[in-house]
Amino acid sequence: MGLKNKNSMTNIKYIEIIIHQIPKYIQKIKIRNNEIVIKLKNPLYLNNVLYFLKNNSNMLYKSLIDITCVDNINKNKRFELSYNLISFKYNSRIRIIINVTVFDKVKTVTQIFASSCWLEREIWDLFGIYFEEHPDLRRILTDYGFEGYPLRKDFPLTGFLELRYNDEEKCVVYESLETSQGFRLFSFLSPWNQVNNLKNFIK
Amino acid sequence: MLEKKNHFKKVKDFTLNFGPQHPAAHGVLRLILEMKGEIISRADPHIGLLHRGTEKLIEYKNYTQALPYFDRLDYVSMMAQEHCYSLAVERLLNMKIPLRASYIRVIFSEITRILNHLLALTTHALDVGAMTPFLWAFEEREKLMEFYERVSGARMHASYIRPGGVSQDIPLGLLEDINLFILQFSSRIDEIEELLTNNRIWKQRLVDIGTISLEDGLNWGFSGVMLRGSGLNWDLRKKMSYEIAYENLDYKIPVGCVGDCYDRFLVRIEEMRQSISIIDQCINRIPLGFYKSVDNKIIPPSRGHMKHSMESLIHHFKLFTEGYSVPKGETYIGIEAPKGEFGVFLVSDNTNKPYRCSIKAPGFLHLQGLDFMSKNHMIADVVTIIGTQDIVFGEVDR
Repeated sequence: MGLKNKNSMTNIKYIEIIIHQIPKYIQKIKIRNNEIVIKLKNPLYLNNVLYFLKNNSNMLYKSLIDITCVDNINKNKRFELSYNLISFKYNSRIRIIINVTVFDKVKTVTQIFASSCWLEREIWDLFGIYFEEHPDLRRILTDYGFEGYPLRKDFPLTGFLELRYNDEEKCVVYESLETSQGFRLFSFLSPWNQVNNLKNFIK
Repeated sequence: MLEKKNHFKKVKDFTLNFGPQHPAAHGVLRLILEMKGEIISRADPHIGLLHRGTEKLIEYKNYTQALPYFDRLDYVSMMAQEHCYSLAVERLLNMKIPLRASYIRVIFSEITRILNHLLALTTHALDVGAMTPFLWAFEEREKLMEFYERVSGARMHASYIRPGGVSQDIPLGLLEDINLFILQFSSRIDEIEELLTNNRIWKQRLVDIGTISLEDGLNWGFSGVMLRGSGLNWDLRKKMSYEIAYENLDYKIPVGCVGDCYDRFLVRIEEMRQSISIIDQCINRIPLGFYKSVDNKIIPPSRGHMKHSMESLIHHFKLFTEGYSVPKGETYIGIEAPKGEFGVFLVSDNTNKPYRCSIKAPGFLHLQGLDFMSKNHMIADVVTIIGTQDIVFGEVDR
């Protein structure tokens, strides 16, 4: 437990340094569950901020370990990209968040972190966010010639195509999906939070 | 007869397709190798042949149903990943687990680490040409999977570590048997080491192959053994302790100095020895008490309670039909899985299903590094490098 307190102390110091040095880039900064989360004002600032965090001697977030995306389908700036960095020297994690629309392009960070190459390819493949100046932006996880962006919330779980071995043509063929029963999704009101749910329902 | 001076050779670059069905590819890896003669100039891994859309599926399942998917990601270190997911859910629920559960988790995390390293090292040896350690290690793995079975009923996909603790208490006599196992296991490691560590062929194939400088390792986002092999003392168990039991234990983090495949082999061997020591300490210290948290709205009741209490019966029914709701929030948890940092980024929206569950697989970033690691190496070394990266396609493709 003592360890966690020490962490949150250093986190506050970090935030002070960051706010002091790059104030104009930051929209929001918070500590949630012992991780620093920074929301940027504009996706254009991403490269500058990451360069700063990587090379500033108080930060040294040398490794980009993950890029993830959340699809908030109801919002105007629909995709929330978060870049997860880790500082081995100061034993700290930080998450940089930018919000982009479907039509926005994000500048690649492959020049700063080599690891972002595949991570950005994955985001492109599954969410369809285009990364400008990316050296090798191909699809990565889905099939060759796949269409659509499967992790978007408006992409159905079952997909559109199915594969089958065609005995007459002696090859595997794609066919549009046919299911005898539609995919069923049950969403109940939870009995534990009925009051809350009812309030939301009335709203 | 051709005269020698008229006879000239033209070496043309060519591309070689390696896999997807190749025993040394450790699953379904398709590699496009651009070669200059026998030297590799570029390696382009094509992944996704085992893509099952785990992240998408989890969005349509409730928190209880999402757990078993994590066993099936990296199917040689099952419990480590359940552990990560459980920690993420617990953090969102702001839930504390009993000390006994924490110790059980650590014991099984370390058993999982041994399980993984045994497979990683000896299939690596098999790829390089030494078959015997593979047979020995699988006998040991069999014993370890028996522990899995005794504690959860399943040999591999255990679903044992769950949000709030573990699914059931360890059965009587299991700790004694684990103790018996670790007493004999270090001599099994010795046997493997006798065969490999100073073996001339093994060293010729591994020393100075796939060397990673520390700078490269950081830049390419490596973690776990791949980073420790290059000399960085970094282990999430020590640096960002995520389980209370780890904080009280005494163990060391092995670190390599050159960063080649041989160093990583030695690091993995030493990690197994450290895991033995951790398990030994845990067995001696494990307290009595609850094995899961007591929050009835989240933790399912025991069979015994259900026979007598109407409340328990209702709870059981509700928990296994619609599950529990997790308050709105998002969190990232990274743990030291045997292969490196395995992370879960979980976003909840106050319903019984995760809004988004992003999985950070260590193997994904390691495989990305295959290109620079295998550059200017011989084709046979690609197999060594895939082996040392400890790739499992369940987690790379997700």
